[in-house]
Parts: sequence; C-alpha cells; structure tokens
Amino acid sequence: MRFALSDEQIAFRDAARELLANECSPAVVRAAWAATAGQLDRRVWDSLQRMGVQSLLVPEGDGGLGLDETYLVPILEECGRAALPHPIVETAMVAAPLLGADIGMATTDLGGPLAPCAHDADLHLVHHQGALLRIDARHATVHHDNGAFTSVDGARRLSYIAGSAEHSQLVTDDPAVIELALDRGALGAAAILVGLGQAMLDLTVGYVSERHQFGRPIGSFQAVKHHLADAALALEFARPAVWRAAWSVAQDDPNRARDVSMAKAMASDAAELVGRQALQCHGAIGYTVEADLHLYLKRTWALARSWGDTAHHTDRVADALGA
Amino acid sequence: MFGGGCVDLTWSASEEAFRGEARAWLEVNVMAWRDRYGGAPASGDTREGFAQHLDWERRLFADRWAAVSWPAEHGGRGATLWEWLLFEEEYYRAGAPPRVTQNGIFLLAPSIFELGTSDQQAGILARMAAAEDLWCQGWSEPNAGSDLASVTSKARRVDSGWVLDGQKTWTTRGAFCTHLFGLFRTDPDSARHKGLTYFLLPLDTPGVTVHGFGRLDGDEGFAEVFFDEAFLADDAVPGGVVLGEPGAGWAVAMATAGSERGLTLRSPGRFVVTAERLVALAADPGSAYHSSGTGTGGLAAGRTSATQSELRRRAAQTWMHAEAYRLQTLGTVTKLAAGAKPGAEASLTKLWWSELDIELHELALDILGPFAELDERWSKGWQFALSGPIYAGTNEIQRNIAAERVLGLPR
Repeated sequence: MRFALSDEQIAFRDAARELLANECSPAVVRAAWAATAGQLDRRVWDSLQRMGVQSLLVPEGDGGLGLDETYLVPILEECGRAALPHPIVETAMVAAPLLGADIGMATTDLGGPLAPCAHDADLHLVHHQGALLRIDARHATVHHDNGAFTSVDGARRLSYIAGSAEHSQLVTDDPAVIELALDRGALGAAAILVGLGQAMLDLTVGYVSERHQFGRPIGSFQAVKHHLADAALALEFARPAVWRAAWSVAQDDPNRARDVSMAKAMASDAAELVGRQALQCHGAIGYTVEADLHLYLKRTWALARSWGDTAHHTDRVADALGA
Repeated sequence: MFGGGCVDLTWSASEEAFRGEARAWLEVNVMAWRDRYGGAPASGDTREGFAQHLDWERRLFADRWAAVSWPAEHGGRGATLWEWLLFEEEYYRAGAPPRVTQNGIFLLAPSIFELGTSDQQAGILARMAAAEDLWCQGWSEPNAGSDLASVTSKARRVDSGWVLDGQKTWTTRGAFCTHLFGLFRTDPDSARHKGLTYFLLPLDTPGVTVHGFGRLDGDEGFAEVFFDEAFLADDAVPGGVVLGEPGAGWAVAMATAGSERGLTLRSPGRFVVTAERLVALAADPGSAYHSSGTGTGGLAAGRTSATQSELRRRAAQTWMHAEAYRLQTLGTVTKLAAGAKPGAEASLTKLWWSELDIELHELALDILGPFAELDERWSKGWQFALSGPIYAGTNEIQRNIAAERVLGLPR
C-alpha cells in the first residue's frame, strides 16, 4: 500500500508545471479566446509534445512514453492550473491510447455533443451510432454556424463535428473500448478541474492577502477565511479521488467505472465550490473579464458538465454500489 | 524513462492475513459479548452500559486487540498504521461497540509515547489498554472552551507534590473514569499558552469531586470535575504526575490535539461502514421500518419514485465522501509511514469527518422518515454526530487554523 506520487512522477509534474508557467500565461489563454478559427497558437502545445505529454500513454515501441494514467493525471492537473486552451484531454487521454503517437492535435465529441477546438484540430474522433470514427481534419465538416455555439469560455472554441462516410475510418465499435475512452475522458476532465480549483484558490489567497479594507488585509477576516477553508477542504478530498481513479484505470481495476465517476463528481463539485468562493472573495474585481479569475471560472463551469455531470456520475456510483 | 514505485492500492498478503484474523475474532466475540447482555447492551455513556462496555474492552485486551498498533510490551501487537486502519475497518464492519477507553488509548497515549518517560510508559500504558485505568480528558473549563489557552485551573508546587484548584467540565464519561489528564496553570503570573502544565492524576485524589450530567441524548456522558485544594503527590501516577516538562503543557496538549483532530480518534472505517449501511438502507428502506402489525399509517407507507431516486443519489454521494476520507487517510498514512509528523492539515481532516458524520445521519433520518424520531440507533447516532463540529475544537476554530496555517492567510 502506498498512496503518493513517486519522485519521478513529481519530477515530471514539476517540469510540466514550469513549462506551463513559462509558456501558458493568462495572456496565452486570452489569446486563445481571440484567435480566429484554425489559428490557435500552438507554441505551448508543441512544447508539451516535445516533453512527451500527448503520447505519454502510448507504448514505447509505438513512439510514446509507455507510462500510465498515474503519471498523466498530475500533469493534467497542471494543465488545468494553467487553463491550457488546447484539447489535451481529448488528445492525450482519449485519442492517443486508441490511435498512437504523433497524431497531432485531436478532438472528439465523446465528452458532449460539441467538440472543443475542432477548427484547429488535425484529427476528429467522432461518436456515431455506437462506433468511434476517425476523420482527418481536411475531410471533416465543422459546424460552428457563425458563432452559434460560442462557449462562455472563449478558449473552448466549440463546434459540432461530422464527416462523410467515405473519409471516415472505423476506430472501434466495441462498447467496452468506447466505455474506457469515456472513462479516460472523464478522468482527464476531473484532473483538469482539480487544477483549475487549485489555480482559483491560489489566486484568491494571493488577492485577499494583498487587498486592504478597514485598514487590514481582507484575508484576515474570519468570514473570508472560512470561505477559503471550505474551498481548500473540497480540493483536499477531491484530489485523492482523482489519483485513485487514475490508478484504477491504469490497473483496469474491476471498480474502474465507480472510481472514475466518483473522481469526476467530486472534482466537479470541488472546482465549482472553489469558483464560487473565489469569486465572492475577489469582490467586484472578480466580476470582470479584466481579472484573470474568469478564465478559470468559466472553464470550470464548462468542464463540470462535460464528460458527464455530477448527477450522471453519482448515479453511476449508485449503480456500482447496488444502491 | 521513468521507474515504477508509485501508487499501489493493494494490500500485502500479510496485511490481508491480519485483516482476516481480526475479522474472525470480531465475528465471534462481538456476538458473544452482545449475547451476554441480551443482544442489546446499554449505551456506554450510561453507568450500566459503561460496565458492560468495560467487559468488552477486557475481551479486546485479553486477545491483544485493545491497542493493536502499540508494542507488545504495552499490550499491543506492534501493528503498522496500515494494519491499524484495516483493524478499524473490520471493527466497525463487525458492528463492534464504541470504545469507552478511546480518550485514553487514542488521545492521551500518543502523547505518552512521544513525551512520557519510560517509567510513565511502563506504568500507565498497559493498564490503560487493559481498561484497568480509565482516562478522561480535563481540558475545557466553564470559561475556556474554544479558547483553551484561557484555562484558570491552578496547580501550586508544594513539598513532594502539587495542590490543585479549579474546575474542569465537558469531561466525556468523567463520572465513570478513574484517571484524568488535564491542563493546569502552574505559573500564577503567566498568561495564555505559557505557564501551563500537563498533569496525569487519579480521580480519587482527596479534594477532587466529579459530577456527571446529561448530554443532548440524555445519557450521563458528561462530567464536571472540581478541584478544591486537592493534594496530588508526585508519585500518585507511576513515573510521575507531570507529562513533559512543567510549564510546557501547551505543547503537550497540541500533540494530543493533533491526534484528536487527525486520524487516530476517528478512523475512516467507521464512516465507510456507516455509508455502506446507508447505501443498503436507501435501496431497501423498508428493512428499517417497524411493522406494527395493524395498518400502515397515513403518509408512512410509500415514497414517490422521485424521492426514492433522490435518496439513492444522496446515498451514493455520502458514500463518496466517506470513501474520499478513506483515500485521503491512505495519503496521510503514506506520509506518516515515511516519518512525517501530522501537521495543520489535521484541521481539514476534522472538518471533513465531523461534517460527513452529520451528512450520513441526516440522510439516515430522511430515509427513515416518520420512524426517524424513534429513540434508536440512528437518532442516537444523529445526536452524537451533532457534537462532532463542537468537540475537539469547534469547526469555526478549525476553519481559522486551516486558513492561517494551511493557506497562509494573515492572522
């Protein structure tokens, strides 16, 4: 029994954290909001690619790192912390294990009917009549109807995706394989949500320690402390659930479905709670698009209901428990 | 590129064997003990029930299950923290009773292991495990609750002993115990955290009187303890009546508080098992209903499917919260096993389990509906759960600690 990251996992995570701190500043996230379709800046994406993140789960013999989800999840937490705008869950967690290394940027509609970054992706994984189809971007039809599907989070860059039968390749129609892909997506989203929560908590701790009212830092007031203690509490207990789900997926544990659903439900709830407390503790400045908080807050709202919302996953836990 | 040795959520063969041994012992002995008291022993917080629970404690000790993680010389079996977690899980799964010795074994003992002399360890621990000496906590006073550093009970140094004056209160099961561990001010000019000393004393010390009184659930679970020029001889407890150095009582108390808020007092097993029972209850609420034989009553009979779905979802949610506590504990034990000390995160742990306990019992009452008001196991558990956010430092205090010492917010 051991429940902690190994030194190697910590080193890998910290390297990703440093890379993202340098190359995925809030300015980069804002630029993703503003970029025209198909023009998403890929510099940080390419750096992560060089680090091996996108093909981390792919066996070494096939050009990947041959590592498992317990390595990828802490890195995805960092991606969430940086509000990385690129479809890292869709690529590294979902598409790469099915399609291999060097697939470029992939997106999918598995997590919800609308796919993120579809105009920018090189490859689309489309769920169609019980099967997963692969469509290369040049053959795909991407519907965005002149912005009809604008997400509250501009960096999500949502679209419907489709493609003609002649250009699509069957990836799998095995329900077990599709369910594993869905579980990996939910696990990835849960990891991102924990990272988003951590980012919002850190931002808020910094803000309330600096901001003075009544001649004192507002973070010295109990009402503010208690909001942030609640936020820290939710994250403290959601993170182990996400790590355990990573282990269950990596081990193909019989409780995989239960554990992934628990992770997603708890991570969604925790990140949403942190978001509420962060917004409240920022006061009016948080209620602007000028402050960076909204970049994380809106991603949280989006992901909390993608890859299955809390009710869906809680019911799945109930099913697994025989309730 | 990167080696293994990371997360491993499996138990070893020897841990599984330990679990099996505990399970087998509990299965036989819980039943035997309950049968001895007509299948329904009284609450351990009543005079009658306390005696019955002592019988249980002595059975545990006889087969070295009273304090599994202690060394054999003190009555334990040298179990690892991992094995202790497994034991706790099996303990609650078997429906074994609350530990009336817990304030000694789980609160005082860790401080004695850490700060006691070898004479104190030798003289106190085994008798504690054997439930020969029964320890209660004398910290709070009428005017020192959350603000523990404001204690005013005094101890004055005299020839070969101390003279104690003052009053302690909210002492759990104090009326049934034999010994008390508590904080007294030994430097009359001191204030707050300074000048306090941690004493160990027999309750039959002349000048000490104990009055039991009722808790919210009506049981005599509380006591107030009066000290009126009570002479405490230096040798009233084997190895001496002061734990740690005179004047350093606050630091000793904080070691105890770490155990109280952290995992030793409220292990995850208790909550995980309660959550499992609730999941089963939500699936079959009728199993807990009482049939009166005549009629079903008005509203008691049925539930809409919408209500049923909601209760089922809440059961899954509370199970997740209990399971998250178990997982977080596995992380904590991994750190402790590697030599780390429990830190301020214990305040987050206390917030979680105390609020989880309320969530669990609130759901139980909602499942039981009109049967919830009956003075039985779940309503008793509900009333006990309500004390969780109050004792061991109120949850308001814990939130302050978490904000200041975990998050680093300004004081």
